[in-house]
Amino acid sequence: MNKPVNPTEVQLGDDGPLYAPQKKVYPQSVSGTFRRTKWGLMAFCLGVYYLLPFVRWNRGLGAPDQAVLVDLPNRRFYFFFIELWPQEVYYFTGLLIVAALTLFLMNAVGGRIWCGYLCPQTVWTDLFYAVERWIEGDRRERMRKDAAKGTMKLERFAELLLKHSIWLMIAWWTGGAWVLYFNDAPALVWQLVTFQAPAIAYIWIGILTATTYVFAGWMREQVCVYMCPWPRIQAALTDEWALNVTYKYDRGEARTSLKKANELRALGHPVGDCIDCYQCVAVCPTGIDIRDGSQLDCIQCGLCIDACDAVMTKIGRETRLIGYDNDINIHRREAGKPPIYRLVRPRTIVYAVMIAGVGAIMLYALLNRTLLDVNVLHDRNPVAVKLSDGSIRNAYTVRLLNKRGFDRVIAIDVDGPANATLHVVGADSVTQDRPMIVLARDTTTELRILVTAPAENNPEKSIPVHFRVTDIGLGEVASATDHFVSP
Amino acid sequence: MTKHSDIDHVSGTATTGHEWDGIKELNTPLPRWWVITFYATIVWAIGYWIVYPAWPLLWSHTTGIWNYSTRAEVVTELANLEKVRGAKMATLGSAPLAEIEKDPALLALARASGKTVFGDNCAPCHGTGGAGAKGYPNLNDDEWLWGGNLEQIMQTIQYGVRSGHPKTHESAMLAFGKEGVLKKDQIVTVANYVRSLSGLSTSPGYDASAGAKIFADNCASCHGDQGKGNQELGAPDLTDKIWLYGSDEATLVETISNGRSGVMPAWVSRLDPSTIKALTVYVHSLGGGK
Repeated sequence: MNKPVNPTEVQLGDDGPLYAPQKKVYPQSVSGTFRRTKWGLMAFCLGVYYLLPFVRWNRGLGAPDQAVLVDLPNRRFYFFFIELWPQEVYYFTGLLIVAALTLFLMNAVGGRIWCGYLCPQTVWTDLFYAVERWIEGDRRERMRKDAAKGTMKLERFAELLLKHSIWLMIAWWTGGAWVLYFNDAPALVWQLVTFQAPAIAYIWIGILTATTYVFAGWMREQVCVYMCPWPRIQAALTDEWALNVTYKYDRGEARTSLKKANELRALGHPVGDCIDCYQCVAVCPTGIDIRDGSQLDCIQCGLCIDACDAVMTKIGRETRLIGYDNDINIHRREAGKPPIYRLVRPRTIVYAVMIAGVGAIMLYALLNRTLLDVNVLHDRNPVAVKLSDGSIRNAYTVRLLNKRGFDRVIAIDVDGPANATLHVVGADSVTQDRPMIVLARDTTTELRILVTAPAENNPEKSIPVHFRVTDIGLGEVASATDHFVSP
Repeated sequence: MTKHSDIDHVSGTATTGHEWDGIKELNTPLPRWWVITFYATIVWAIGYWIVYPAWPLLWSHTTGIWNYSTRAEVVTELANLEKVRGAKMATLGSAPLAEIEKDPALLALARASGKTVFGDNCAPCHGTGGAGAKGYPNLNDDEWLWGGNLEQIMQTIQYGVRSGHPKTHESAMLAFGKEGVLKKDQIVTVANYVRSLSGLSTSPGYDASAGAKIFADNCASCHGDQGKGNQELGAPDLTDKIWLYGSDEATLVETISNGRSGVMPAWVSRLDPSTIKALTVYVHSLGGGK
């Protein structure tokens, strides 16, 4: 029969359970190089995000003057001097490729720079932590207050109410800034304030308020640890030369308290620099111990470096017991060799070259893109028409794209069938020899064009026909090819 | 749920108390959130039954307190669509026919709306692109039986051809053979004469002067002395390259013997004036419009 087994003796897999209940993290305030960098980048990122919709850019009369605007109803995307049409969405593909490669390059150089400093999850969580610290106090105070939750006083209740109100206001502002990218910002702000804005604007603000509040206020490091795919991909993409936030155990071990270390040193025992003060753990926004080594939960924000440096300075030891480093250098130091850093290596070169390559292709495509374009669609039914004098006529639907911000006059020429004549349905007959059409600014114009040619001059069943569109003023030319078919 | 407090030694989980050959079943209840969601869906379903049509009855069904029906929704949407289109179609209706093609916006509207109406009403005979078929005129070419300017096209659409409407195009071609006006050999001769008008070959032994005389006596009153046709009477031009029924001798003999009187319905009573206008502009813009 079953032999009783003590539950504590049961061997679970080395990986532990797949999910652990969230343990609330209480990061302690810290100051230093990396904290200052993070404040600076946070201010920059949030500044760009919140203020960019208000930047104006003059595109001429009738065109929107917002520098960055996604105009969904009119199917246009504006980015400073660039205006993209829906069919040019491949520029975004290029942008995404460059973004991915930049992420890889950052990872090859300095590990999870994105996670630690730039990711919206990090930036907003950091901001929410700052609010929490400002209202509730630092780590110990917050832990004490949370522990005493059974006996909540009015003062504590007011504190929590204030914290969540500020969080919600930030979240609301975040959602508000988002919708400003989709409409004229100053006008929309006024509409929002006077409750005149379209319902969809309020719905999106609501959705993004909710996600910001929940992600940055409640889920925090859980998003990084359980939801985000990047830590998994990053682990697969990194190599032994990448600099990661590392506890230099060659120097730190064995960990000993300050007092004990002196005694042991006096006795001639080897002792490490780590005094086991747990300051690196206290400041960690994901609540981990960096001394356990490189791990998925570590977003590599560098705050533990600041915390450890402060302690090392205080006790008069060399700083950077935790720092950007890798295992190669730890082993080299253990072996008594000087550390080496290889920022320039095949991996970083390949990423840099790929970024430059894709960037150059995009730039070339952008500078050489056509601002005048023509598409031709041959009538399918009937394909060809015989006229009373025996000549043949083909009809085409011609779409003309004027991507410039002003109206312009174009001329249409057709080559291919011998002795062909051209007729644009609805255009003035005076200009039919070489039809001239006005293309309105920033729109597509659709024309029905009839090409007629004598049958005896065009015996072939199918002849290529070229439609050439010339801007009379600028000389810009666009062309398209189709076929002229005999019945 | 279970009151058993038997704890499994390995996992530390309570068992259900069931045991088979020494194997015990662990009591692993569903997560609370799952159970709550499950009950919530049941409550939701009951609410659904109350407000929406749900249960079939013998001859009907429960309608729900919101009186929702997809059919009513379609009716509303169609009414809304009508409202949206109404204003534009009214502009089209009030614009002079000749002005529509000069205004790009009106032209686009007329062509788009005309194309749909054409597909619904005209395509069965004239083809989806207006290319026609034997006996059904091609509307893309420049030959018109009853005239190809905007007013003439509109009149033909409104009242049709031999449609029975008081204002319709009435005249028809006489069945020269069936009615005994011409004999068989005369018909063959005049058929060859008609072929010669547009430069087509004639049969050996054909008498051109006899053909010309028969034509002048019988056909010229409608088709004209030169065979150029007459749009007042719907008589086609016999000198050009377009043939509604065919240009070979046998077909021409059949045409002359039995006459031709193709029919087109009058649309004035079926389509509203704005739609007929759109249709007129669409047909005119196919390419043959005068």
